[in-house]
Amino acid sequence: MNEDFANNVAGETLAVIETRGLTYTYPGGTRPSIEDVSIRIEKGEFVILTGPSGCGKTTLCRCFNGLIPHFYGGKLEGELVVADLKVVEHSIHELARHVGFVFQNPENQLFALSVEKDVAFGLENLAVPRDEMRKRVDWALQMTGIEELNERPPYELSGGQQQRVAIASVLVMQPEVMILDEPTSFLDPVGAQKIFEVINELNKKLGITIILVEHRLDLASKYANHVIVMDEGKVVLDGEPRGIFNSERARLIGVGIPKATRLYQILRESGVNLGKVPVTSEEASNLLREVLKHD
Amino acid sequence: MIEVRGVYFTYPTGVEALKGVSLTINNGEFIAIMGQNGAGKTTLVKHFNGLLKPTKGEVIVDGVSTREVSVAKLARTVGFVFQNPDHQLFCETVEDEVAFALRNFGFDESAIKRRIAWALNLLDVTQYRQTSPFMLSGGERKRVALASVLAWDPKVVILDEPTIGQDHQQKEKLRQFIVQLNAQRKTVIIVTHDVEFVAECNPRVVLMAEGKILAEGEARETLTNQRLVAQASIVPPQIAQVFMGLTDLGLPTNVIDVYEARRVLLDLLEVAS
Amino acid sequence: MSIFEGFRFRRVSSVIHLLDPRVKFFYVCVLFVMAIMFSELLPLLLLFFVPLPFVFVAGVQREWIRSMKGASFLAAIIFSTNLFFRYMASGYVWSMSLLEYSLAMTIRFIVLVESFSVFFLTTSPDHLGLALEQSHVPYEFCFAFTTAVRFVPVLAEEAQTIMDAQKARGLELERGSFMKRVRNYIPILIPLIVSAIRRSLELAEAMESRAWGASEKRTNLYVLRMKRADYSLAVGSILMLALAAYARLFLPIPSLAILLRV
Repeated sequence: MNEDFANNVAGETLAVIETRGLTYTYPGGTRPSIEDVSIRIEKGEFVILTGPSGCGKTTLCRCFNGLIPHFYGGKLEGELVVADLKVVEHSIHELARHVGFVFQNPENQLFALSVEKDVAFGLENLAVPRDEMRKRVDWALQMTGIEELNERPPYELSGGQQQRVAIASVLVMQPEVMILDEPTSFLDPVGAQKIFEVINELNKKLGITIILVEHRLDLASKYANHVIVMDEGKVVLDGEPRGIFNSERARLIGVGIPKATRLYQILRESGVNLGKVPVTSEEASNLLREVLKHD
Repeated sequence: MIEVRGVYFTYPTGVEALKGVSLTINNGEFIAIMGQNGAGKTTLVKHFNGLLKPTKGEVIVDGVSTREVSVAKLARTVGFVFQNPDHQLFCETVEDEVAFALRNFGFDESAIKRRIAWALNLLDVTQYRQTSPFMLSGGERKRVALASVLAWDPKVVILDEPTIGQDHQQKEKLRQFIVQLNAQRKTVIIVTHDVEFVAECNPRVVLMAEGKILAEGEARETLTNQRLVAQASIVPPQIAQVFMGLTDLGLPTNVIDVYEARRVLLDLLEVAS
Repeated sequence: MSIFEGFRFRRVSSVIHLLDPRVKFFYVCVLFVMAIMFSELLPLLLLFFVPLPFVFVAGVQREWIRSMKGASFLAAIIFSTNLFFRYMASGYVWSMSLLEYSLAMTIRFIVLVESFSVFFLTTSPDHLGLALEQSHVPYEFCFAFTTAVRFVPVLAEEAQTIMDAQKARGLELERGSFMKRVRNYIPILIPLIVSAIRRSLELAEAMESRAWGASEKRTNLYVLRMKRADYSLAVGSILMLALAAYARLFLPIPSLAILLRV
């Protein structure tokens, strides 16, 4: 690991995650799942990580909290620093204090027989004293809006409620970064919206850096200020949302851009310029209003 | 043809999932049954192949009541592709997987061979013929599950939440595939809450909430009715939302397709200038 | 099997439900020991009636009756085998003591089922898990226990879905010879097992991501504290045991037949 690199990151800016030339091959794999990934995520950003199935976004996320390489083994090359820690040199449970991970299937990340015991799980593992634990658990339940559910067993909850429990159980460890891997896959649109709102609050109110892996860009894109697109293991687009959603490259890769952006694009083709690139329906409405009134 | 007549259904746990549902699905139709999780969509379609029998009321498939026929017999006509392919896959090779239902239905060996080849080709998984289905990726397993159902050429194909976990390109391929099936005069029924996908497919939409049918009709009319959409706990397609913000400027409210939206806007702008 | 109904926990609140599970377990063990101590009908009959007030206070009569009904089949077997073999052993001589002894053995079995049934009916799995943890059972086992219980309804639902999926492919589970029917369960078992393996992997990832293994000694959100009722039950159980031991060692126990004639 490059000493200078790590020192630079620590001293210089507010990068909470930085990678350089990150390449990983699963054990027994013939090709790397991610190749030469060099990205930089600053503290407090809301990042959307997207790309076609199999592009490596899930693999990349698992590097951030140490599941790769500590849980999965395999060959990890390149440099990776998360919350000022070199991932290769720290165990998963050390990294867990700084990086929380919410998985896709709500059912398979809840173990206990009541919601608050599940939320407390991480703190119990960290041997936090009971009084402190109680306070933090109540706080996390409140932040995710599920206080009334605290004694219910997970089986009785809806998918959306279960995901909020999962978020609370990660939040309670007060990480700097929270990674969410397609958390709304199994939820209906209303449930998905609620989850995005909760995540957004955590980002704006508590300053937690969010990395959201998503396909449903129409619902999620309005919250993001940084988008990373991957394809076949490599990062191909990295920047602010509007530019990326509007790019030809995104369309070629097959990213499902928001319909509002698509409308902007095809209007542009027909000679109508809305001025700004919209990502939400409200933005598109307002821009269209200007254009229509003008005439 | 599938007729649902005043169906009530209560699960053994006591939950009343369907509270008086009536619906007619004609041959060759393309229908999307929509609503939030728990509205009763999957419960309803499980009546079409007899997995569930109504507590009250009747379901008639091609003139026969589902109470009088076994699931195996109904399955011959009504194919059901479940949401999670891993709930079906168990064989050593993809070939065996596709042959499973064919053997259950009593096809002879030469017919089985033909149909396997056809189904694998249709879903573009011929190269995995001798592979174990457990070695395949998620998307590939979905295609194998689909192939194993289409192999016996059912008249009706039901897809339960086919878009979950799929990326944009996979959804596009699925959409084209459904169009193809429909063109072959198959009745296609999808159960979903993916509004954008339905907006692109433009089927007949049946909206459900709390065990009842709220409304049915063309996608462009049902998905843009704000009151219905709120009751069903879904969201209108993004294009419809764009237009909903501009009704005071005289824009129509029933546009769900992005290209149609462009056409309407260009017409408006031309008129203005 | 309805005998299992008598062991499934129901979420109801009562004094019995609030008792410390460790004390309840001790009480059940005492009953168990006492049931083994005696082979005579009278004390065993007495023992049968001891847990009954607990059943009523806890409000679990219906489930308890169901478990008794379920146990009756086995009880009948125990009765008849005991009777038959004793009869044979005594040289085909019939006597009241034969009957009494067989009845006693049957009642002993019922007492055992009854007491454990009351325990499981009135103790929630999380309470049990907590009791295990505080009794210094290694955390891995407690965790495995509560996680298994937590997933029972999930797996049951999944098994149903898999059966539906395979029935929809023409699988007939009700017809055919015995061997064929057994083989027809393979398309159900394999997806269930594969799904369980996948689920374990996802669970392991989630556990690791929540700092599993971070500390030698875990802390706990809840703690079990013994209250007055718990101490009373503990003391009461010890007294019962002492009394029983005294009766066994120093008192002659009459048989029912003699009592009745008197």
